[in-house]
Amino acid sequence: MRIEIKGTSTYAYTGSRAFDPALPTIVFVHGAAHDHSVWALQSRYFAHHRRNVLAVDLPGHGRSGGEPLASVEAIAEWLAALLDATHIEHAALVGHSLGALAVLETAGRNLERVESIALLGPSVPMPVADVLLDAAKADEHLAYELITGWSFAPGHQLGGNQQPGVWMTGNALRLMERSQPGALYADLLACHRYSDGLVAAGKVRCPALLILGQRDLMAPAKNAVALTAALAGCRVVTVPDCGHSVMTEAPDAVLDALRDFLCS
Amino acid sequence: MTKPKTTRFDTLALHAGARPDPATGARATPIYQSASFVFRDSDHAAALFNMERAGHVYSRISNPTCAVLEERISALEGGVGAIAVASGQAALHLAIVTLMGAGSHIVASRSLYGGSHNLLDFTLPRFGIETTFVDPRNLDAWRAALRPNTRLLFGETLGNPGLEVLDIPRVAGLAHEHGLPLLVDSTFTTPYLMRPFEHGADLVYHSATKFLSGHGVVIGGLLVDGGRFDWTEPGKSAGKFPTLTEPYAGFHDMVFVDESTTAAFLLRARREGIRDFGACMAPMTAFQILQGIETLPLRMQRHIENTRRIVAFLAAHEMVESVGYPELPQHPDRALATELLPRGCGAVFSFSIRGTREQGRKFIESLRIFSHLANVGDAKSLVIHPASTTHFRVSAEDLRAAGITEGTIRLSVGLEDAEDLIEDLSRALYAAGKS
Repeated sequence: MRIEIKGTSTYAYTGSRAFDPALPTIVFVHGAAHDHSVWALQSRYFAHHRRNVLAVDLPGHGRSGGEPLASVEAIAEWLAALLDATHIEHAALVGHSLGALAVLETAGRNLERVESIALLGPSVPMPVADVLLDAAKADEHLAYELITGWSFAPGHQLGGNQQPGVWMTGNALRLMERSQPGALYADLLACHRYSDGLVAAGKVRCPALLILGQRDLMAPAKNAVALTAALAGCRVVTVPDCGHSVMTEAPDAVLDALRDFLCS
Repeated sequence: MTKPKTTRFDTLALHAGARPDPATGARATPIYQSASFVFRDSDHAAALFNMERAGHVYSRISNPTCAVLEERISALEGGVGAIAVASGQAALHLAIVTLMGAGSHIVASRSLYGGSHNLLDFTLPRFGIETTFVDPRNLDAWRAALRPNTRLLFGETLGNPGLEVLDIPRVAGLAHEHGLPLLVDSTFTTPYLMRPFEHGADLVYHSATKFLSGHGVVIGGLLVDGGRFDWTEPGKSAGKFPTLTEPYAGFHDMVFVDESTTAAFLLRARREGIRDFGACMAPMTAFQILQGIETLPLRMQRHIENTRRIVAFLAAHEMVESVGYPELPQHPDRALATELLPRGCGAVFSFSIRGTREQGRKFIESLRIFSHLANVGDAKSLVIHPASTTHFRVSAEDLRAAGITEGTIRLSVGLEDAEDLIEDLSRALYAAGKS
């Protein structure tokens, strides 16, 4: 599905279903240098279970035009504009990593509009190591390799994918290689500089779910403790033996957690 | 400096895709000899069928043992994923029919395995897919053969039986210039000797019957997706691959490039190709190939070591007219081989003996350790006469073009003691000379 947002063409995957204004909507927001395809299984499930699904490609990512947005706040503004452009009054928002921060910020700014939020691999704050920022700034392949190395739990580094025949780390690496020059750096810098996560969390009034990878090195579960406290009454699901790429490493566990949360 | 966390080739050959069995603790990958897999409930069943959940439904589509093998070869090749199929021929067929239908065209190297040549030259035209064969060393010929309906370029990393080294960087560059993928048969080299994706290839397949399994006991094929090719690039590939970019009525109007940015080809190949054509791999076969791959690095080192010694022996023998091995100074692809195949040029090569066809027959029949049969890549050494066997359906003109003469003999060098192999060859050459 193509959507014009602030004069820029945006792509959103809808799970092979036409958008139906009568159905509740879930917006999926990817992380750094990713695109909608990281949500393929989960978003397709909801699209075929009486939900509208918009798994977006953020500006400057995947098939969307424009340049990568420079801050989490800018992405939050853009997500609100997405809802405006699609005439969606209320939506559930699901985000991963950078996308989780953007969803959190959006929920804090749009109390009436955001019905529920699910944050996967969140960390507040989300500092990024200098070595990674430097490599991303220089558009070095090392940046993709470092992220791939840190994003999967040790067991999953050697495979064992639930999705038959797909080599998880190779696929993750290849997806980032497709990102446009500068996208990863812009995304990582947005994560690194975002400092108002707990403020946003304090404003959130909708139900919230946190899905944490037990062995996440990129956004360690311990970094979500303050966020959990700030999000009153939030539900926390910790996926065992999982790293930061939780949707890929444990697609069924993630889907089950999302389904229990969003459909209850 | 911080280094990326990576696992090296030899370790991947043993571990990629596999973990101790969660149900039993079995360290070896279990042979999941089951046609089907139970659903948790109706919703789970529907979600598996509709690609909303990951998992196995029916072993024609996917199987846990085969999936380990698929991940392992993907890891070794540096791809995004793979499909295990019934044979190398099934892998080639699956690649082609996933990308195109009637009215399409392929440009292929003319130095191919005879079975691949048969498929392209005789069988696929019946289904409306034509192929133009070109000298793999002539980039202008590749270019001149391109048509508006060309959908694929195809060659072998090492031509069969002449061992022409495919200039993957240049052929891939030409393919990409025209929005086309390059498919490579990497059977002779295996990922231990060359990883074609690193040189620009887009799809790789293997007859896993050969060096990957390594012991001549199974028939199997593996098709690997590099995940780099952009099937929708404006002005290049856009519009050329509707099987991947347009709704597929056979699977809920799925648009495969929408579902997966990197592995759309694999999705279609599994959701249509394996489902409908059905050339799947049996789990027992996958297990045996996995066992073979565990020792691939060690075996390939020995294959290369033995081959180099035998090549040197034959090149110096008075009964031998020529030896075609890319590491030899006179081989036209020596420089390219040095660049692309620094670890070695495989263990299959051809040579020609001086004399009559009868002397060639005498040579083969005098061998005691080399087995006379139609296969390569076995732990045991093998020999064959291509003109009367593997390439017997190829025209005389094409045989000449492929560098095959009546005196051409192909060896597949195994893992025996090299001295024993050289003694065997020496005895047979002597017998041929006396006949």
